[in-house]
Amino acid sequence: MKGTLNLVGYGLSAIGPAIATGLIFAAYINGVARQPEARSVLQPIAFLGFALAEALALFGLVLAFVL
Amino acid sequence: MALFHLEANGGGFVPPSTADFNLPPVFGNNQYTTKPILLVFLSVIVISIFFILSARKAATVPSRLQFAGESIYGFVRDGLAKEIIGHDFMKFVPLLFSLFTFILTNNVFGIVPLLQFPSMSHVAFPYVLALFPFIVFHWVGIRKQGLVKYLKGIAFMPGVPAFAYVLLTPIEIATYFITRPLTLSLRLFANMFAGHLLLLVFIMGGDHLIRGVIGLKLVAPFSFTLAIVMTFFEFMVQCLQAYIFTLLTALYIGGALSDEH
Repeated sequence: MKGTLNLVGYGLSAIGPAIATGLIFAAYINGVARQPEARSVLQPIAFLGFALAEALALFGLVLAFVL
Repeated sequence: MALFHLEANGGGFVPPSTADFNLPPVFGNNQYTTKPILLVFLSVIVISIFFILSARKAATVPSRLQFAGESIYGFVRDGLAKEIIGHDFMKFVPLLFSLFTFILTNNVFGIVPLLQFPSMSHVAFPYVLALFPFIVFHWVGIRKQGLVKYLKGIAFMPGVPAFAYVLLTPIEIATYFITRPLTLSLRLFANMFAGHLLLLVFIMGGDHLIRGVIGLKLVAPFSFTLAIVMTFFEFMVQCLQAYIFTLLTALYIGGALSDEH
């Protein structure tokens, strides 16, 4: 069987951002459920947090191909 | 087990890799006319035609086309620029609007039949695109506060105990000058790259399975179905990435404009 261990490493490194993204959207959904009128305020914040957490996963992806 | 023998038609499955992104030139041997470059030109033409047509016969009671054009513009102006940059936002609406529509169109090319290649999956395009927000938010900050005060605001964040600067100053400088443009471009690139790769896996996999023996032929429809589902998922990601790129640009500009910094 041929392949590269990079992808296993990437799979492991994606766990962190995955949990982070889950937490961010859980908090966002909670916030909107408690106070629906706060949606427009919370949305950019949620997506900003999501983008920042996701950046780590994407660095891992890039490195998995580069290294 | 011969029913699921992968080597049934000779030659195993070759998974898609980075080599699938290096498309051959479209016209002859000219390396400046590759598919992504032509797609970028096409996107500019498509965007121009769409917005010229939608704005040409502007009426109080909008037609469908005018409504579509105005709702995209309204989304960027009110939803992004006004909310985040605050007063003085009108100056930056053209930049944000061009970035949003350009990225959105180029991303969506990834799932348009026949085109099916997101030009942003070549890293050069996002690099150049991230250069605009990078220059603009620094320029705006310098114009607003003056060069020395602006750089001092970045390096020595006010309201922090003095010993923390040992740690904070390098981090802040790296954030503003390296991480911000880099993450902005790599996020867009990696999303489009990974998305295209994902679709390739399912479509090429399905193609390989359907050429196999009967047991594999039965599994192939699942692969194709998943490819269709993933195409819709990709559409969501593509819109989201265009939104996030514009959102972050607006945030950086807003940050450079704000007074306490």
